[in-house]
Amino acid sequence: MSAALLEVQDVSKSFPGAQALRGVSFELLPGEVHALMGENGAGKSTLMHIICGVYTPDGGTIRINGRPVTLTSPRQAQNMGIGMVFQELSLVQGLSIAENVFVNRVPTRIGGSIRWGELYKRTQALMQQFGIDVDVRTPVSKLNITTRQVIEIVKALSLDARILLLDEPTSALPPNEVEILFQTIQRLKARGIGIVYISHRIPEVMEIADRVTILRDGQRVATEAISSITPDDLIEMMVGRKLTDLYPERAQDTGTELLRVEGLSRDKAFRDISFTLRAGEIIGIAGLMGARRSELLRALVGVDKAQSGSITVQGRSIQIHSPQQAFESGIAYLPAERKTDGLFLKMALTQNISVTALRLFSRWGLMNPRAEAAASKQFVERMGIRTPSVQQLVGRLSGGNQQKVMLSKWLVRQPKILLIDEPTKGVDVSAKVEIHALLRELVRQGAGIVFISSELPEVIGLADRILVMYEGRLVGEVPAAAASEQQLMLMASGYVASGEK
Amino acid sequence: MAETTASTRLWNLARGMLRTRELPLLLIIVVTIVIMANRNEYFLTTANFRAMFVGLTPTAIIAVGMVILLVSGGFDLSVGAVLALSGTICARLVLDGMEQPVAVFGVLLMGAGIGFINGLLVTKLKINPLVATLGTLSIARGIAQVLTEGVSISGLPATFGTTGSAQIANIPYMVLMMLVIVIIGDLALRHTRALRQAYYVGSNENSARLSGIPVDRVRIFTYMLTAFLAAFAGVLLASRLMAGTPTAAQGLELQVLAACVIGGASLTGGEGTVLGAFLGVVFISIVSNIMTMEAVSIFWQQAVTGFILITAVAFDMLVSRRNA
Repeated sequence: MSAALLEVQDVSKSFPGAQALRGVSFELLPGEVHALMGENGAGKSTLMHIICGVYTPDGGTIRINGRPVTLTSPRQAQNMGIGMVFQELSLVQGLSIAENVFVNRVPTRIGGSIRWGELYKRTQALMQQFGIDVDVRTPVSKLNITTRQVIEIVKALSLDARILLLDEPTSALPPNEVEILFQTIQRLKARGIGIVYISHRIPEVMEIADRVTILRDGQRVATEAISSITPDDLIEMMVGRKLTDLYPERAQDTGTELLRVEGLSRDKAFRDISFTLRAGEIIGIAGLMGARRSELLRALVGVDKAQSGSITVQGRSIQIHSPQQAFESGIAYLPAERKTDGLFLKMALTQNISVTALRLFSRWGLMNPRAEAAASKQFVERMGIRTPSVQQLVGRLSGGNQQKVMLSKWLVRQPKILLIDEPTKGVDVSAKVEIHALLRELVRQGAGIVFISSELPEVIGLADRILVMYEGRLVGEVPAAAASEQQLMLMASGYVASGEK
Repeated sequence: MAETTASTRLWNLARGMLRTRELPLLLIIVVTIVIMANRNEYFLTTANFRAMFVGLTPTAIIAVGMVILLVSGGFDLSVGAVLALSGTICARLVLDGMEQPVAVFGVLLMGAGIGFINGLLVTKLKINPLVATLGTLSIARGIAQVLTEGVSISGLPATFGTTGSAQIANIPYMVLMMLVIVIIGDLALRHTRALRQAYYVGSNENSARLSGIPVDRVRIFTYMLTAFLAAFAGVLLASRLMAGTPTAAQGLELQVLAACVIGGASLTGGEGTVLGAFLGVVFISIVSNIMTMEAVSIFWQQAVTGFILITAVAFDMLVSRRNA
């Protein structure tokens, strides 16, 4: 007999053409937060899918409460006490909290009519157990994202789960609300629930986890107590080598003014935004959700319209009505959601790269696939994109490589100004380092970059200058070399703390 | 070892070919023809094939436009009605004494105009294409009925029938025209910059817009092309039948859509080729030709088309598992 809630022993899994897991073991104790870390493709999600019954392992054993089990479906895993919360929230927007939590098990009378009183009472009781104070009749669409995430967890646990799998639970949360989620997790720990916590974010893991298991290339590298390791150790184990600098060196000097924005406003989004960008410079914009940073970038490339204010590009005042026109003025915009807004997943890498400059790859109106392939090969080499061929469908590439394709597709046009929304979202550590280095190299060659990131360390590490937005206004500017996370967080929360304002 | 790599390569090649839709479809068509040729001596005759190809000409011409529209993520139910309206108006104008080239030109312009309206409804008013073109379907069909009071317009001058009945080297003129349109359409969709944009728009509209593709313009153009080709098919049919028939081509839209999907197009956009759609049309026609020869009730033929459609799509899901 063992005290572990969940024991995975020597589990292997292969897919056609790839060995995803090789003899991986993993153990979860009651009341423990056990982080699972590794780069994309390390095998985290395969392991996760095995534990929740989506995949059947090729070999190895799984024990729950000491008893060997064979998990064949997610439903069966749930019945065995495994609750799971995936990255994509699964709540139904129009229904109330109570209906969402009891989605398949709404109490009914004979004949099928819902016993609303009973439903609300039971949900309320559940909420109280977890110390959450909400009206369970509220429709989910009215809740903020953090509350939704918490409700999702309650839903997963409502079947008396003692094992909870959380996959990147903070990726959608504003930084100042991560604590709320962590408080919930602490309460679950106190009740003896074991939590498998998957995340790319090292500071979070250092804060919330008790132990961490690191996977690399489908194998377990180590399982360590958090108290006995440093963030640098973690990165080294994930990447398999020492990464000396996460962020490249800052620019020494900047060149001519590339972009000047004056008094830019858009109804209900942002007001009176003014700043300048010089060649050779990277500006980071910090802010919380609702700071309207993405809206600002979208207005700068004409996706949304600004009502007043002026934009001057390289000394010429221009009106921007469409993304196309923005590119012609030398501005490129990389959206945050590469799958929905950036790439064509069902199309080849070459066609993804050529899309912004079709004229460059055609003659007399006919496409020239050879030119497309040649240009793509150059980018694959320059950006270090790992792909079997330039004809590969982009949907089959890993997140980091997709991000590099997205960057390439804009660089085809050799823009002077890059506006980037989340340059490394959902990208693993080594790809992150590579992308940061590429961006720095671009500004060294005379471009200028404005980027948004929800990760404050990235804002501070990558930028030369940081602008802080709060509810649609610029509330301060800080040189990155002198910035601290705490100070930025204060400014971003509306406490004016910059020197100038 | 060498043998394994050779067989792996062969296997990969075979799988690659199975993934394109055209080749397996062509194989099935050939096999069907061979089997039928042995079963029924009248099947593989010039007369039968000529009749079959004359019959499928309007469908194939419209399929060229429809598959390009599907690639760009659009959808058009109004093609059959536009065909009927074009035929009746053209017949009316000619009968009223208008110069034939002028009448034809006017009708083609009207077709493009209907496509333009479809395009505007879908892009600017953001009406679901199914609903928008269902609306234009009813309107076009209704106007055709009103103009003719429900009766075919006949009594056209003999010269009007020249295009529909002329032959070159024993091949009907309109079949040749159809083949030229198919070939040009296939090459254009594969190679031109303008139609490459249709793939981008159909694959991911947001990404296309943010990549600087003029999404609305591409959409409106593909609707115009489809309706234009439907009008052209309408004129050809009127010329062949020497009549403008308001009830012509009822349900043609579903046949065309089925052919495109059998030929590898996806209703969610981003996939499809003109060649595939054409082979889809040919396959459906052969099957209904066979059923006619085997004296299967005409009513069964529609059911069989549906069966083929579902089989084709299911086959596709199984072979390529397109979840990426």
